[in-house]
Amino acid sequence: MPALRNAMIPFRRAPLLSVLSITTIAFSLFAFGLFGLVALNIKNALQQVEERVEIRAFAAEGTPIEAIAAASDSVARYPEVAKVEVVTQAQALERARKELGEFKDVFDGEFLPASLDVRLKPGFRDPVTVRKVVQRLRGIALVDDVRFGEEWITQLYRLRNIAGVAGAALGLAFAAVAVIIIGATIRMAVLARAREISVMRLVGATDGFIRRPFLIEGSIKGALGGVMALGLTYLAMRLLEQYLSFQTAFFDRRLAIVGILFGAVIGWIGSAVSVGRQLKRV
Amino acid sequence: MIRFNNVTKVYPRAVPGATALTKVSFRLAKGEFVFLTGPSGAGKTTLLKLLYMEERPTTGEVLVSDYNSRDIKRREIPRLRRRLGIVFQDFRLLEDLTAEQNVAFALEVTGTPRANIPGRVARALTQVGLGAKARAYPKELSGGEQQRVAFARALVNDPFVLIADEPTGNLDERAARGIFQILREINALGTAVLMATHNLELVRSSNYRSIELDHGQIVFDSAEAPVQNVEGR
Repeated sequence: MPALRNAMIPFRRAPLLSVLSITTIAFSLFAFGLFGLVALNIKNALQQVEERVEIRAFAAEGTPIEAIAAASDSVARYPEVAKVEVVTQAQALERARKELGEFKDVFDGEFLPASLDVRLKPGFRDPVTVRKVVQRLRGIALVDDVRFGEEWITQLYRLRNIAGVAGAALGLAFAAVAVIIIGATIRMAVLARAREISVMRLVGATDGFIRRPFLIEGSIKGALGGVMALGLTYLAMRLLEQYLSFQTAFFDRRLAIVGILFGAVIGWIGSAVSVGRQLKRV
Repeated sequence: MIRFNNVTKVYPRAVPGATALTKVSFRLAKGEFVFLTGPSGAGKTTLLKLLYMEERPTTGEVLVSDYNSRDIKRREIPRLRRRLGIVFQDFRLLEDLTAEQNVAFALEVTGTPRANIPGRVARALTQVGLGAKARAYPKELSGGEQQRVAFARALVNDPFVLIADEPTGNLDERAARGIFQILREINALGTAVLMATHNLELVRSSNYRSIELDHGQIVFDSAEAPVQNVEGR
């Protein structure tokens, strides 16, 4: 395959320039990777907090436990509901004693109501859906009161939305910077071979023939830069864990592959733009 | 074979009103040898660029074999250039390739089967008298030898016309004579030659047709002038 063979020529002919290109690509992707790591960990943290979203529906005093259990089965069938737990009066007292240890002597007798503790599925924990489920629960005859920390859920979702928008904007900015730096790096490599391109055109090479090796070269450099950036990001994460005692999550295999492919695609685009400009000039 | 019909070329970014070529018309017949002379800036290089379709005429048309500048598509230009041999004053060799690799390069980029390349490269290098220096890099060769490699590269695709833009411009008198001799031999084998040059000694020492350009216009064409005028120039 001549295009692949020609794509390998610069690696042999100018290894230092190739290493410099790959390193530059790696560092711009590393910045993007670090951002990605921060975004991933913020997302994970928010998800953990989100999992604590809980609705507590208190049963009216004197409701038989069988009726509460029947209501529990019915609530478990709501599409938004992940899990329903029946908490008896005794269990409620025990839980209160545990949660408020210093006042445990104050709690005496089963004066706390039994309840249904409802947890929602991921994707159904936003304030609107929570309110909808709360309305349904309030419609159940034996339910006396429903508590769900409305303000807390609203705040959590506001924070999540801000983090999402800021993350997307920052991510785009980092990606744009990476594309510009990688494009400039590949442009240098293309300019270093401007003479070769002009000779190719003079002897009758088609634009496609000229372009292909550069696209392959750009993709290889981008992918290698992506691998190097992944390694640097991992190293940075381990250093953070070691010196700042952070427990951080790293990209899973799927995200790692996406990152490397992202490098390859940026390399390909950078090459296509640079060679296209060069072909117009010669 | 090659025809310029009323060709005018204006570079839009150049000095306003300045035309590189003005209403240039001439024909180049099959197997003909033509010198293109004139002072610097006369339009010689522009004329050659129009021939290999690096530039398009502002008005008029250039016909090269079956291709017309009016309707040639960008993707057809490589096919045209494979039928032309082009040589420049500065050789345009790739420094990190040997002489034979430089010549082979012209075949590789046009998709010639690999098995056919070595034989054709050897034949082209032998034709220009460089068979023994096939493995030398350009920096190991003299200017004349480098230009010969450029000629071999131009010839290896068996062009019907060889376009040479000041091929002796960087060479001493002896090397220039050697290059001119090669051009004569190439022409004797049936390849037309269009050579832009400042070297009037070469022009005077041969009986080939010469076209002189000045300020973008043909001011003299020996094919249309009485014989005594040619000799008097």
